[in-house]
Parts: sequence; structure tokens; C-alpha cells
Amino acid sequence: MSDLNTAMTERYRSSFLKEVEANVEEGEWVKMCMQCGVCAGSCPLGNAWEHTPQKLFMMIRAGKREAVLSSDAMWMCTSCYNCIARCPRGLPITHIMHGLAHYAKRLGLSPKNQPTQQFAQIFWDNLMKKGRVNELKLGLSMYFKDGFGQGIKNAMANQKLGQNMMKAKRMSAMELFGGHSIKDTSGLQKMIKKAQEIEDAKIQGNS
Amino acid sequence: MSDEKKFAGYICTGCGIGDRLDPSQLESIATREGKMQSCKQHEMLCNSEGVQMIRDDIANDAVTHVMIAACSRRAKVEAFNFTDVALTRANLREGVIWVRPDADEHQETTQEMADDYVRMACAELRSMSKPASSGEQQLNKTIMVVGGGITGMTAAIEAAAAGYPAHIIEKSGALGGQAADYIKSIPTRSPYSEPQDTGVAAMIASIEANDLITVHLNSTVAKTAGAPGRFSVDIATESGAVVTETFGAIIQATGFNLYDPSGLMQFGYSSSPDIITNGELEKLVKASNGGPIKRPSDGKEVKAVAFVQNVGQSSTEKGQLSYHSGIGDLIAIKQAMYFKAQNGDCDTTILFNNLRTPGAAGEDFYRAGQEKMVTFSKGEVSEVVAGDSLEVKFKDLILDEETSMQADLVVLDVGMMPNSGPDPYAVPMVIDEDAEKTEEAEVKAPTVTVDSILNLDYRQGTDLPHLKNGFTDSHFICFPYETRRTGIYAAGPLRRPMDMRQAQDDAAGAAMKAIQAAENAGKGMAAHPRAGDLSFPKFRMDGCTQCKRCTVECPFGAINEDEKGYPMFNESRCRRCGTCMGACPVRVISFENYSVETVNQQIKNVEVPEEFDEKPRILVLACENDAYPALDQAAMNGVEINPWARVIPVRCLGSVSLSWITDSLNSGYDGIVLMGCAKGDDYQCHFVRGSAMAHERMGKVGDTLSSLNLEPERVVVYEVAITDVERAPKLINDMAETVEKIGLSPFKF
Ligand code: SF4
Ligand code: SF4
Ligand code: SF4
Ligand code: SF4
Repeated sequence: MSDLNTAMTERYRSSFLKEVEANVEEGEWVKMCMQCGVCAGSCPLGNAWEHTPQKLFMMIRAGKREAVLSSDAMWMCTSCYNCIARCPRGLPITHIMHGLAHYAKRLGLSPKNQPTQQFAQIFWDNLMKKGRVNELKLGLSMYFKDGFGQGIKNAMANQKLGQNMMKAKRMSAMELFGGHSIKDTSGLQKMIKKAQEIEDAKIQGNS
Repeated sequence: MSDEKKFAGYICTGCGIGDRLDPSQLESIATREGKMQSCKQHEMLCNSEGVQMIRDDIANDAVTHVMIAACSRRAKVEAFNFTDVALTRANLREGVIWVRPDADEHQETTQEMADDYVRMACAELRSMSKPASSGEQQLNKTIMVVGGGITGMTAAIEAAAAGYPAHIIEKSGALGGQAADYIKSIPTRSPYSEPQDTGVAAMIASIEANDLITVHLNSTVAKTAGAPGRFSVDIATESGAVVTETFGAIIQATGFNLYDPSGLMQFGYSSSPDIITNGELEKLVKASNGGPIKRPSDGKEVKAVAFVQNVGQSSTEKGQLSYHSGIGDLIAIKQAMYFKAQNGDCDTTILFNNLRTPGAAGEDFYRAGQEKMVTFSKGEVSEVVAGDSLEVKFKDLILDEETSMQADLVVLDVGMMPNSGPDPYAVPMVIDEDAEKTEEAEVKAPTVTVDSILNLDYRQGTDLPHLKNGFTDSHFICFPYETRRTGIYAAGPLRRPMDMRQAQDDAAGAAMKAIQAAENAGKGMAAHPRAGDLSFPKFRMDGCTQCKRCTVECPFGAINEDEKGYPMFNESRCRRCGTCMGACPVRVISFENYSVETVNQQIKNVEVPEEFDEKPRILVLACENDAYPALDQAAMNGVEINPWARVIPVRCLGSVSLSWITDSLNSGYDGIVLMGCAKGDDYQCHFVRGSAMAHERMGKVGDTLSSLNLEPERVVVYEVAITDVERAPKLINDMAETVEKIGLSPFKF
């Protein structure tokens, strides 16, 4: 992935804005932001992150590539759509946030220990194995992501919830051993792989 | 027609007047005390029958003076429009019955109010004469337009389109003005996404093809004498030749100059040929002939350009503009688009603090700029450093950090300054009793570096008075086109900063006003706000002491002086405000229908009850433009006014003669309330300086009061706006309370 990063840096040396336009979903909207700050003021969580959407968009124009792509901001977006509803310029802000997150991840620049980013990876890996989400494994992977000791603590803390779910047949301990899969797991995996290839080719070709 | 006067009174009993008041008593007051030779009642005087009755009397009985006791003089103006007689109105509806409660215990004082208003009207009428023309008036349909830029050309084209010939006086060798240097203008048509053709060439062509428009190139105005309807102008050409032309009205469209940023060291304007103003950029782009725009220093193609906005504007620093031109950001967007169109992948950055894109095009044009990848950065530029590549240092206000960028060319957004002549009132005018002092004063006056544009042969200076920052003074809210010189209109950036589109609208408006002024002058009628008024000030020469108060204080510079120092009134330069009348210490200035005497007679004919009656009298002199309508409106809303008040409308507080105050105090009035418009920088006075003059003069009332041993609270001066519907009656009622507190005047007979 860092190869791609180097390639992109080379290609868009002069303008990070152009790089975003070409490679980030809905990135062509960034130039239309008029810096009114409505999104920053509307975001219920904005002030808990490194950068508000408004700031991110200004940083893109100011060419602050590193800072933007390693920001935790786009990982923290809860997709509440407040900003989209209010942006006077009609920017699809939520989508741009996710587009940026995706692009940063692809280039290997996303913050390593950022929890939502980690969760996304775990979720993805889990999903890819059997073609459907194994909730038990997903939960456990989350508990143990910060090490064994912490994992036990997390599991104990949620013990009651887990038991209740099993009682209500919302979760089965048997899932730990293999678990359900879709009919054609390898078919799905092939499909996804192909899609990734197409996307990669598109970005590589964006010169 | 004989000179005999015939007085007729008419009392309307409609609108509840007949029910609330005793009309036969009013009639007998009109005939016995008011000396009306006839007096008729009518149940609805303003209907066609009532109006016809008055018309018939004028036609058949040779009635010359008409007293109408009905509604306010501001109501039913169309119906009671008898131009060939002297006319007055007693305000029984808004002035009496609507402001007094309908109850038995108030009946006596209400009737007394009405009786007084009829007495006052009759007395006023007896001292009025029929308006007659001055014989000075002349109709001249030709309009002079000074300045051949966008504004001037538009004004001439509009005047010609209405059938009025126009002469354009242009200082340079070609029409077009500053806009002739522009490649394109800010778009005025949907979708507002591309700069558009300036239209200059088409305008020049249409002027050249127009028989009604005469163009004087390389010409200036050497002298403007006369008045609307009969301006006589010497037009001087560069070669020294002078032609004299006559005009009905004048439009000054002398445009603007750009602020010179040389003094602002941080922008390095003088340190590099690649740091230029937005005006200079247009020329640079023109020189590129549609090819890549090259920087002046070495002809290198521009790859990065920075627009620094708001240079030397909206500033509190000395030597900079305190205002903002408003259109600089739209210009920057337009100019950034030149680079996007001609220089391929050129980086264009607009460094703004408050981005302002006013007007119809504004928001759409801004978006179009963003779509074309013009970068907008909210930043405050601290320094531009010259060099092979220019460094623009700025504080990014969004990211809150000091940073910088490199550019091949830096464009400074400098503000527009009006190209106006010297302000006649830059040095306050002094009233000098003898000529020797005049000369001394002239020597001491600071030398004015600005050249005159109009070279008016007026007592009060050569050019249009300024409001602020050199922009022409006008009544910005009510009469934006008017200047303080009747029949001379300012248009375009001379009035305020504006773009080409606005300048064209402005020019069209000014052309219409100029046509109106020329027509009015032809009929001997006043321009605004007393439009249509035929009366004009006259003075009694044998009483005049040549004190020059009138010639100096006239807010419109209407009065010249002859060699002996006597005033020379110019009817068509006059707005009929009466400020001269209020100024004259010997009271020799009067109008046929408004004079020291007409008001004095009203004051005298109010019945002032004896002290033990305990019925005070409060005189209210209310400006007819704002305070009087506010009182009318209050009456419509049913607001009560104290029954001791007697309201006399005045043309302007500036027309108030100190003698009215002294005389009324002497004859036993207990309080006096003067109501004029706001004065000062944000004045509302329809006659600009009238209210301010009055306030100055009323400063002397204190002496009168103390010499009569009266309390200073008895005379108050207020600034009242037309919207002060609640406040205006309250001010009168407050005075009634004051009188109650301090007691009645000891001067009752
Ligand atoms: S609300 Fe829209 S225009 Fe305003 S700062 Fe946010 S993205 Fe930009
Ligand atoms: S959608 Fe995301 S960025 Fe927009 S307001 Fe909600 S949390 Fe903030
Ligand atoms: S009435 Fe007013 S405008 Fe006319 S001459 Fe007198 S002061 Fe000037
Ligand atoms: S103010 Fe009166 S006395 Fe003085 S110059 Fe004018 S007309 Fe004459």
C-alpha cells in the first residue's frame, strides 16, 4: 500500500486537492466548500475530533496531505447526516468523510490504533471469511484486540449481556466453532477480489 | 383680472366633523373673526360636488383666497388642488377630532381647538398672496453629461431615448472611461458563470450613430453659470478653444480613481513590477491579446497568481479608505477566470478575509469560480516579498497558522475613490461683514489640490458638496439621486462605489431626474420635496442689510450675491425650504404662501385664555416632511394629543424665525415644541442642513428666555422621524406635563 502512496505523492505533487478530486469518493465537491463553518457547528461530535469537516476541506486545499490522511476525524463520523442536511453549498459531506477514510486506509496512512478504524478492519475480515458476520467472533475479536488480559476484562464486563443473548437465542456459543456461512463463500470472495482489482486499476490509472 | 382679494371659507361636516363640533360656530368664527367674505358648509367637501362648489365660486365669484376647514393638509390633496388661488387648510379631522376623546367633559376644549384652527387658517390666508410666476423660467431640454465612461454614456443614451438631446463632455480623447480598459465585466445575465462583454464598444457605436447626442472629447467644463433651465456652460477644449452651450439640467458622471497602494509598504507595490493593482491587471491581460498572460518583469508566463483582497479598505488607519468598495471580490473572481481561460493549469488563489459577492450574479459567480478550481483561502496577508518568485505571507484564519505561498504575480484589490471636485464646505463658510476680512479668510483657507470639475459660478463653491470620503451628498434614503445643487445630478461611482451594472441603473435614474428637473424649471416649479410648488422666495431690498446670512446658509447654494452684496435668488435652484427666511435677521425674505407673517398671524390668532382659566397654550412647530405626517398618523391610530396644543406645520425647521418664538412667549404661550428631522452625519432633513441650522439658531433662545425670566424648559427642540408615531404626540403631552409642573406663563393678557 505504501507503494501506492508513493505513486500518488509523485503524481499529484502540486495539488492534493486534485488528488482528492480524482481518487476520493465525492472528492470533486471539496473545492465547492465556502468555509462557512455550518458543518463544523452542526456535527454533534465534531469538537471531539482532531478536525471538523470544514477544517479538513481547507487543509485539502492548503495541500496538507499528511495531516488530512492521518486524521482521526473521518473515522469518527457517525453518519448522522446533520452536516449534509445543513450545508448551504450542498456538499455530500458524510460521503466525503467516508471517502477520505477509505482512501487513507488504502494508502496505509490511517491512524493505526484508531478504534473505529480497527473495528472496520475486524468487521471486514470477519465478513470475508464466511460471507456473513459471525457475531460471536466479531464480539470476541473486539474484546481481545488490545491483548489477552484486557480481553478477559472486557468479556467479563459483558458477561451478563452475552448470557441474555444466548438465552434469547440471539447468539449461539456453537458459532465459535466454524459457524454458518453463505452458500458460495469462495464465489463472494472472488467477486470482491475482482471489484478490488478494478478499483485499484482505476486509481493506478489516474495519472 | 383685478388685484382685488376675495376670501372664501369652506367647512366640511363629513368624517364626523359635523357630529363632534359645532359647524355654525366655526362658520361664524370664519366670517366674523376670520373675515371670510363667505363661508359655506358641505357634508362631504372632497366629493365631486363639494369640489365643484369651490371651483364655481373661484370661476364665478372671483374668489382668490380659499380656506378649507376639513382634514389634514396632507389628505385629499388631489381633490383640493386649486392652483390659481391662495389656499390654506384648517386641520379639524386629524388635528382635532381624531386626537381628542369623544366625551362630554372634553367637548369644550375640543371645540376650542377647532375654533383656534379656523382662526389660524383665516389669519394665515389673509397674509398670503396668490402665487405668481417669477418670469425667470425657461424650458431647455438639453442635458449636459460630464464624463464619458459607462455612467455618462448610459445617461446620454437614456436621455436621448426619451427625446432629450444630450452633450457628453469627456476629458480624455475617447469615450469609454475606465471600462474601456477592461477585457470583460462581471456577468449580469443568468447563469452568471462567465465574465461577459463590457458593452463599451456597442455603446460608443450607438452614441456615434445618435443624432441627439453631441460628444465633446478632450474637453472640460470651464464655467457653469445660471440655474436649471438656463445653465450656461463654457466648454474648453485642450487646444484652448471655448464654446458656450446652454443646458436644462446637468448630470455629473465623473466616475472614480483607484486607491494608490504605494504607501502600504507591506504589500510591496513599489518593490516589484509583478505586484500590481486590479486596475493594472486588466491592462496586462489586454496586452496578452488572448494568449497566455505574462508577468511584467520578465515576460514569463504566469503559473501562479495570488489575489490579495481588501487592500487599504475598511480600515481605521490614516491614509487608507474607511469604507469597502463592495465589488473587489467579484472582480477578483472575474480576473482569476482570465487566468483559468488563458494560462492553462495556472494556480489562482484569492486570499480574502470577508468574501463579499453582492448582487444578482454574486453567489452564482462565486460558485462558478470554485467550479473552475479558483482557490479561496481565508487569510490575512501580512507581507508580500519581492523576488523572482513572490512570497505572500499570510495568516490562514481557518487553520489558524502563519503560512505563505509563492506566486509569479500578485494582484492587489484596491478600493474605488470618487472622482469629485473640491467640497465647497471643506472649510466652513464664514459670514463676513466686510470685504477686507473676506480676502484675509481666502488667503488663510488651505489650498485645495483637487481641480474643480463643474466650475460652478455659485456663491457657495465650484462643485457638488460631499457627504463623506468625497462621495456626493444626497438624501440617501428619500432622494438618492438629488445632490445639494438643484438640477445637477450625480450618478455612478461618484455617489458610492458600484459596479458597471449598478452604474448603468444609476445613470438611467439620473437621466430621468435631469429630464424632470429641466421640465420643472420650464414651468417654474420646485423639484422635490415640494415638487410642483410655484412659490419662491423674494426679498425686500430696502430692508436688506446685506448681511449674507441667506446666501451662506441656503443648503442648496441657490442664492448668489450681486456686486453690492445683495442676494440674488434663483428660483429654479431653490427647493423652497425657507432656510433663508428663517436666517434673515431683518425678516425681509418671504414666499407668497409662506412667510414670517403667515406664521406670526397664526400664532397671534390663537385665543390665549387668561391665567385663571388654567388653560395653557402650547405652540408646536412641526416639520411638514416628517413630524407633521407622524402626528397625522398618530391621529389615525387614535392617539390622544393634549388639548392645549396648537400645531403649525413649517416647511423645514430651518425656516423657523426666532421672532416666532419670542413673539409667542411674549403673548403668553406656556410652552413651545419644535420638531424637525435628524441632523448630523446621518441626517434625515429633507433640506439637508435646515434642521441643523435651526438647532444652531435655537441655541440663542436661551437668552430670550432668561431675559423674559422664563424657565428654559418652556422651549424644546426635538428630532422626530416620520415613524415616530407614538413618540411625536408624547413629546407634546410631555410639554403639557412640564407646564403643569412649572406653572403657567406670566405673560398672558
Ligand atoms: S457547511 Fe458546507 S460550505 Fe459550509 S464549511 Fe461545511 S462543507 Fe463547507
Ligand atoms: S455525518 Fe458525520 S461529519 Fe456530518 S455531522 Fe454527522 S458525524 Fe459530523
Ligand atoms: S428657500 Fe431654501 S433653497 Fe430656496 S433660496 Fe431659500 S434657503 Fe435656498
Ligand atoms: S439674510 Fe436678509 S438681510 Fe441678510 S442678506 Fe439675506 S435678505 Fe439681506
